[in-house]
Amino acid sequence: MGGRAVIALLIINKAGGLIYNRTFGEGLNQLNSNDYLVLAGTFHGVHAITARLNPLREHQAAHYYAQQQQYQHSASGSLGGASSSGGGGGGGSQGGPLPSRPEPPSGLEVMETENFRLQCFNTQTGTKFLLFTDTMQANVDVAMRKVYELYADYVMKNPFYQLEMPVRCDMFDRKLNSYIREINNSR
Amino acid sequence: MSSMTPTKGKEQPGLRYPSNGKTIYHRPLNRSKTSELSQASFAYLFSEMVQYASKRIESIQDLEKRLNTQGHPIGLKLLDLLLHREPARTQTRPLTIITLLHLIKQQLWTHLFGRAADGLEKSSDPARPDEYMIIDNEPLVNRYISVPRDMSQLNCAAFVAGIIEGVCDGSAFPARVTAHSVGKQQAAPAADGGEDSGEGKEMWPGRTVFLVKFAPEVLERESFLGKG
Repeated sequence: MGGRAVIALLIINKAGGLIYNRTFGEGLNQLNSNDYLVLAGTFHGVHAITARLNPLREHQAAHYYAQQQQYQHSASGSLGGASSSGGGGGGGSQGGPLPSRPEPPSGLEVMETENFRLQCFNTQTGTKFLLFTDTMQANVDVAMRKVYELYADYVMKNPFYQLEMPVRCDMFDRKLNSYIREINNSR
Repeated sequence: MSSMTPTKGKEQPGLRYPSNGKTIYHRPLNRSKTSELSQASFAYLFSEMVQYASKRIESIQDLEKRLNTQGHPIGLKLLDLLLHREPARTQTRPLTIITLLHLIKQQLWTHLFGRAADGLEKSSDPARPDEYMIIDNEPLVNRYISVPRDMSQLNCAAFVAGIIEGVCDGSAFPARVTAHSVGKQQAAPAADGGEDSGEGKEMWPGRTVFLVKFAPEVLERESFLGKG
């Protein structure tokens, strides 16, 4: 593999379709395009499963909702049967300590193998960025952040891009390339 | 204090006033220090404008024409504002082509984009004395735009071309202004701007030439004025 730090980037839309796929550097074996689509779909499925695999989070969530119920109950009791419809967030604040709201389960974030490290970043809208890097690569979070920023700038602000469709933006390609080259050359 | 201060703002349905009653019309015209806008919000707005303009179009020229039309009234209005902001002695409207183009290159560009345009050239072709070129290496409006391959002749800076056209028309120099990309493609129509346009091709992929083609009567008047 040599000293290649960032190997590949895939972007998967919220329906599990592959919308962007790029490898960096020469000498990598390429999959055929159908395999890439299958890979993206498979990862999307695996990610959905892993998001539901964490029993601790589930337990916390159940606990949280039980607490919420309790607060709402006590609030409506003290106000003499006032409607508790607005009690979701604000109701808890008046009756003692704030219940901690559990983060939604994020699913698979990192996968490490002998040859590469796969980092997944799931945006608020369900788009997934997969960055394949060398196992030794540091600061993948920073790189991921920057890639997301470039996507937000050069894909989302482009009037010719249609949401959820494959990304074909020259400007994004160019900026991404020069950024990745910068990382890969700095090692 | 001011009789213009709206007191019954809530009763008028169409217009909305800020709570302190100060609308854009209460601001002094000369203040230009704090008038910068967010580039991201402009990018989203412009993106929507391009999408709106590309609905039910028949050709790329159609789309550029629409963008041009959107920019034209802005140019007309900006001419008044920019001349008002000039020092009192130079507040007259430009009388020759050169002063007009300088006003566009300096004042208009600085007002819109925060810097002067990168170049101003006269067509080197003797057959076309009515053509001038304003060059921008990286138009701000195209910052985040990637034009798809099948629309490769399109340049969304046609909107800026419309603004320039508005300024020219407003100062009684009727002209047609078009925007052409000269970044990567070799053959830019009629934009044979001498030798130096070749060197920037790699460095400025978004390089855009605004071709200003004045109406024949403008040139006629110009030659008449030049003699006298």
